[in-house]
Parts: sequence; C-alpha cells; structure tokens
Amino acid sequence: MATTIDDHIGQRQHSVLSWLTSRQTFWVLIAVILACVFLSFATDSFATSNNLFNVTRNFTFVAVIALGMTVVIITGGIDLSVGSVLCLCSMILAVTMHAGYSIEVGIAASLGTALIVGAVNGVLIAYVGMPPFVVTLGMLSIARSLAMVASNNTVVYQFGPDHDKLLALGGGHFFFGIANPVIYMVVLALITAFVLRWTRFGRHVYAIGGNENAAVLTGVPVKQIKVAVYMISSLSAGIAGVIETGWLGAVTTNLGTGMELQVIAATVIGGANLAGGVGTAFGAIVGAALIEIIRNSLGLLGINAFWQGAFIGSFIIVAVLFDRIKNLRQPS
Amino acid sequence: MPVLEISNVSKHFGAIHALNDVSFSLEPGEVIGLMGDNGAGKSTLVKIIAGNFRPTHGSLKMDGRELVMHKPVEAREHGIEIVHQHLALCDNLTAAANVFLGRELRKGFGPLRVLDYGAMYKRAGELFKELKSETRPRDLVKQMSGGQRQAVAIARTRLSDAKIVLMDEPTAAISVRQVAEVLNLIRHLRDQGIAVVLISHRMPDVFTVCDRVVVLRRGRKVADRPIALSSPEEVTGLITGAIEQVA
Repeated sequence: MATTIDDHIGQRQHSVLSWLTSRQTFWVLIAVILACVFLSFATDSFATSNNLFNVTRNFTFVAVIALGMTVVIITGGIDLSVGSVLCLCSMILAVTMHAGYSIEVGIAASLGTALIVGAVNGVLIAYVGMPPFVVTLGMLSIARSLAMVASNNTVVYQFGPDHDKLLALGGGHFFFGIANPVIYMVVLALITAFVLRWTRFGRHVYAIGGNENAAVLTGVPVKQIKVAVYMISSLSAGIAGVIETGWLGAVTTNLGTGMELQVIAATVIGGANLAGGVGTAFGAIVGAALIEIIRNSLGLLGINAFWQGAFIGSFIIVAVLFDRIKNLRQPS
Repeated sequence: MPVLEISNVSKHFGAIHALNDVSFSLEPGEVIGLMGDNGAGKSTLVKIIAGNFRPTHGSLKMDGRELVMHKPVEAREHGIEIVHQHLALCDNLTAAANVFLGRELRKGFGPLRVLDYGAMYKRAGELFKELKSETRPRDLVKQMSGGQRQAVAIARTRLSDAKIVLMDEPTAAISVRQVAEVLNLIRHLRDQGIAVVLISHRMPDVFTVCDRVVVLRRGRKVADRPIALSSPEEVTGLITGAIEQVA
C-alpha cells in the first residue's frame, strides 16, 4: 500500500507533448509561424529584410504594454488607461526635453509620471475597493486630458539638445540590424517571465487571480501587490511611450488612442484569462505578434484595410472559444 | 496542561451578544466537536481563536500564557492553523503551490532569491504521504477531488509546528467516501499530538472522530461532554433547545 502511494505521489501526470498541446500560446505560435511561412511564399514582399524590420518593430509597442497588462490580468484586474498613459508619458518626455533638459531627465520625468499614475490606479482599486474597470476608465480620460494640458494640444517634434539621442534610442538599431524597440521588448519579456515564474511576487500575482480570498487568508499582502501590478502596467505603457516617441520623432495628443483594446486583444489571444489566474509573458508577445502579422499580411495580400478589425476581432473570439472547448473536455 | 484555555469569553457587536461567557479548554491530541445551529456563535468563537476578532470580555491562554492577537497571521505564529470552510485554495495553482502559499520556500542570496520548486514539491509530497493521501504535488488543484483538496488544505497546517488545528465544516459538500478520508486525516493529526477543533453540522462525523463535544446555543455554551456520555439525540436536543443544558 505504502509503495503505491509513493508511486502515485511521485508520478507526473503530463508528458511534455500533452502539456504543450494544451497551451493556447502554443497554438497561437503555430498560427504565427504558419502565417509567416504562407506569406513568404504567397508574396514577394513579406520575407524582405525591410518588411521584417517593420513588422518586428511595429508590434513591440503593443507587446511591451501587453507584458504589463498580462500581470494585471493575471490578478483578475484590467487596465484601460494604458493608451492614454502612453500618450501622457510621451508628452511629458517631449515637453521636458523640448524645454532644454537632457534625455535622462526627460525619461525620469516620463517614467516617474507613469509610476504615479499607476500608484493612483492601484490605491483606488486595492485600498478604496473600486472596480478596476471604472478606475482605469476614469484614468483613461484624465491622462489624455493631462497630455493635452501639458502640450497645449500641440505637436512636439523638437526635443532640445538630446534630440538625436532620443531618435537613435527609439528608431535606431545598435545590434546586428535588429530594431532597438525589439531588443527592449525581448529584455522586458525575459524580466517579466522571470518575475512571474521564479519570484514570490509572481506566485502571489497568480494566487490573487486564482482566489483572492484564499490569498488574503494565507497571509499574502494582497493590497500591496495589487498596487504594484497597476504600477507595472503603467510603467510598461510609459516605457512604450518613450520608445515610440524616439521612433516617431514627434508626439501628438492622439498618440495611443484605442491602444488599450489592441493590448488587451494581444494578451487574450496569447492565452491570458480575463477572469484571472492565467497568463504568461511569452503569450503576450506571441499574441501581439499575431495581431501585427494579420495587419501586415492583409496589406501585402492586397485586402482592403477596412477588413483588419474583422480579422483581429475574429481571432480574439476564436482564441477564447478555444479556451472554452478545452475546458469542456476536462469538466471539473 | 491544556494547550488552549478559553475563559469567560464574550463578544458583543453593538447590542448583539454573539458570545456570552464561554469557557472551555483543549488538551494536546484531543479532538473537540464544536456544534450549534446557525447563529449559535460558532463562527465568532472560531474567529476569536483564529485571531480575526478580539474578545470583548474574557481571555485566551495558550500553554498557560495569556494570548492576545491582533490579526490572523499572529495565530499562525502561535501554532494555530485554520482549515477554512471553503479551503482557501487557488484552483489555478498546483497542490504544492497551495500548500506553500504565503510561505514559499526560496533559495539564493539577498535580493536574488528565487522560488525553490524542487524543495516545495519534495516537502509537499512528504506531507501527502504522511497524510496517506494520493495527491500529487504537481497537479493543479482544479483537477482534484474533494478529498484531495482537503488533504492540500490540511497539509498546509503541517508546514509549521502547529499545536491546534481548527477545521471549519471540512466534510460539508464532499462525497461519502471522501468524508472517511477526511476523518482519517483528522485522526492522523490527533496521533501527532495536535489538538483539533472540528466545527461541523454532521452528527455522524462528530461522533466518529471526536473525544468531546461542545454545544453552543444563542452564544452560550450549553454542553461540554465526553462523546461516550452523550448521544446524537441529546446533542440534537441541545442544539435546538429541546434540552436546556447539561453539565
């Protein structure tokens, strides 16, 4: 009897293959690869270094924010303010540098703003107990309005003494012709993945999303962690804002409008569950990549750009449908 | 010496007297059934022992020393572990992750400390073996039976050197076979010298596994009897008020 219990406890239930095929991220990755292969053959322009440079760079802004959003969504929350926060942070960077300050000061001011916005969101959600949807919806409006106030609703395209540094930071390529934003994204993704899997903080993020009450009862500092995740989400939007400013070379007050929906779409396609408890950094990147490839391919295949929304929307629904079917197969 | 001594404890919420002058003591390795109808004061008493509430009057003594707690974490530090009614498990995490929730093992130095998956799987596996439960540390709690879920919640109490384990309705909403499993887990705790307070509505469970039964009615203790001297009929009468009180 004792040996059978030993065997049972020691046994692993899943092989690597069955684990892999049960992952939504895996199938989305397959879709991305198939799409790339198909496009390489179907069009002359997809597999050119120029187009690949564009594709990889374009999705990084969404992907970077999707990393932060993933952390929020794992706790069962949502952050609708990221598009506006991106705009506000870009504008703070632009205005500060335009006023003659160095790039370091500009970035510090910009990311500092992001952290403050995130902390306000987090405190209202965790300590005051307001629903994340409402708080961040309010912040969506406030942050964009502040961006307009900061710039007097003008376009800023001169960034003072460090102008060229900023453009190189966002638009250049320091290593092997890989666009800089891609490097930042990879580094941030690795950090996020590490934190989620290997730290106590990451474990607690999943626990809050799985059963917040259980987390409270077992002594997890739920409120502090919730504030932290909204700060992470805002910070990721701020970082994306800094990079995007350097890439575009100009900031307008409609930058990042509607971006929150693309970000949430990327996260959900990548396997995060809006109900909380599930999601990975890798999934966020793959989800963002799939959206960008759909966008890019429609253009290359000569399909009217008005169809983009329909395709991306369908993918969101298919991704969630996949999750439903998977759950039907293993009734709890 | 009793491990826990509750003396003349009352708890008032404004005009509502949830508990009135309740006293009892708990010996090491003793299993007490705490029974009473809804609103009798069971949850209030449990929350006082668990550190959620402080008594309005009266005192708690642990191993002869005064015990004052301000928050639930302190109860754990004193060796009081609680198995909550809804088990407080995260379905999306593995059995091992749930056992160590809030007390994760880490390895490394200083700020570079990472979760020690290996040690947590190993220790959780040992605990399940000790509890004689066929539960795999790496499985998600989502996929587990009611009995296995209980084992995970109970394994948690074995992480530290618990002296008292409070179990709130552990056999509600699980199958008959699993009830037997849970009762075995309780006997197992008792054999380790741990005092168990079993809060239950199920008469057969209390009479199978408990040494003593304490009955609360409208905030007062109306019975505190060795199980052998009582009967389900008597306890039912005490709970409903058909029997006023027994010594």
